Amino acid sequence: MLSKVQQLGRSTISVLERLGRGFLFFIQLIAALPNVVTRAPLLVQQLYSIGVLSFLIIFVSGLFVGMVLGLQGYYTLIDFGAEESLGVMVSLSLVRELGPVVTALLFAGRAGSALTAEIGLMKATEQLSGMEMMAVDPIKRIVAPRFWAGVISMPLLAAIFSAIGVVGGYIVGVGLLGIDAGAFWSQMQSKVDLTEDILNGVIKSIVFGVVVSWIAVYEGYDAIPTSEGVSRATTRTVVHSALAVLALDFMLTALMFGE
Amino acid sequence: MSKQNSTTPLIEIRGLTFSRGERVIFDDIDMDIARGEVTTIMGPSGTGKTTLLRLIGGQLRPDSGSIRVDGEEVTTLSRRALYQLRKRMGMLFQSGALLTDMTVYENVAFPLREHTKLSPSMIRNLVLMKLEAVGLRGARELMPSELSGGMARRVAMARAIALDPMMIMYDEPFTGQDPISMGVLVSLIRKLNSALGLSSIVVSHDVAEATEIADHVYLISNGKVVEHGTPEQLNNSTSPWVKQFLKGEPDGPVPFHFEAGDYLDDLLEGPADAK
Repeated sequence: MLSKVQQLGRSTISVLERLGRGFLFFIQLIAALPNVVTRAPLLVQQLYSIGVLSFLIIFVSGLFVGMVLGLQGYYTLIDFGAEESLGVMVSLSLVRELGPVVTALLFAGRAGSALTAEIGLMKATEQLSGMEMMAVDPIKRIVAPRFWAGVISMPLLAAIFSAIGVVGGYIVGVGLLGIDAGAFWSQMQSKVDLTEDILNGVIKSIVFGVVVSWIAVYEGYDAIPTSEGVSRATTRTVVHSALAVLALDFMLTALMFGE
Repeated sequence: MSKQNSTTPLIEIRGLTFSRGERVIFDDIDMDIARGEVTTIMGPSGTGKTTLLRLIGGQLRPDSGSIRVDGEEVTTLSRRALYQLRKRMGMLFQSGALLTDMTVYENVAFPLREHTKLSPSMIRNLVLMKLEAVGLRGARELMPSELSGGMARRVAMARAIALDPMMIMYDEPFTGQDPISMGVLVSLIRKLNSALGLSSIVVSHDVAEATEIADHVYLISNGKVVEHGTPEQLNNSTSPWVKQFLKGEPDGPVPFHFEAGDYLDDLLEGPADAK
């Protein structure tokens, strides 16, 4: 019994220690922002590999999610004779929820795992130690540009996801199922609010960008420098990011759209 | 480059104690690393040789004791001061630790670009000079993945001398090298040390090569300095441990068998799951 209590205490202390280290690491990333700004080429390089190279998966996923929403929405709304509201349904679902959330989940799987593996392998092959010994701070030189590139990329990718999703809904609703194009767009225009819906969606995607990028770079930097350690860290990035995004989404939705 | 008098040791270690968890790695050790010499630190695997280099470089902090590098107390330096000191230290990691997304040229140029405001043409000249010194000027466009282990270490050497440091620390530079690469590395360490007026610390357990280039040798084991002196003094040592280590004898003060109970009892006892 006593040993179980001890084990529980040890695990709790270990989790709290890790959280504390993660928080201090986060402060270092924020403090490194001026350095990232003054060394823009490093940021641009990371924007390309984290943001631009994620474009294809976001584009294709957004299109299919929009098409599925169009199809499911049509079959539901037609029972109430409200199929012309399909544009509103698709666009609100995307900008409020699916755009930020699905983009964050895809981002964690595609870019987050790559970030963790890259930084973890740099640690395992002593590249980070080598930099420290060359008097170059790896957090400023390697980690911070990747973190900030993730933070910047996420809202842009979420916006692309939502926009392509609306096009997907349009293709299915108007192109295949024969809804009036004028009603599709005009109802969307009148019902989707800039601050209430779009801005809140953007805020969500920024929060998800910060959290997913932070988890990804921290897991890489804190990884045990072995192949198994890096593999575990990569898995943790995807699992922790997904859980954090879904939990935060609930909290943010309650805050933003609750009465 | 050095701030201190040339007669004082470059590195003075006093009363150094360092532990990892329950395990004591160094137990109150003293060491002096002289200026302009090649000092070799030898000892069995897992004895903390690499840890010692990390302590000297300030990547680890000791539990107690003092480490003075060129008169500066590493253990209490601020991060900024430590980074300033590291600009005067070069370190060659066992793996080379080259940045894998950069060419050989970019790797050697890296510290120059990070710490100086030299023009691109000046950086080019310096990089080519450093690469020429290690015989790899022709390999400047290769990526680290295209290099052999020995070539990677030579590139890492060129990078380590890029900022003209006062000292270089070599972590197991000969491990896993073929005889030709080993010969090249041995000759380079010696030549760079004298040509650039460096002080070198070589951590190794390759006895022949390490003693060949050393002016002074430290043997460490079980957290203590077992013996130190010139290679000749060590070869003439009467210590059974030193003899066993230098001659590579399988049994002696360091036993062949890991501590265990009686062999016969163990055999007769049977498997644990049969009980």
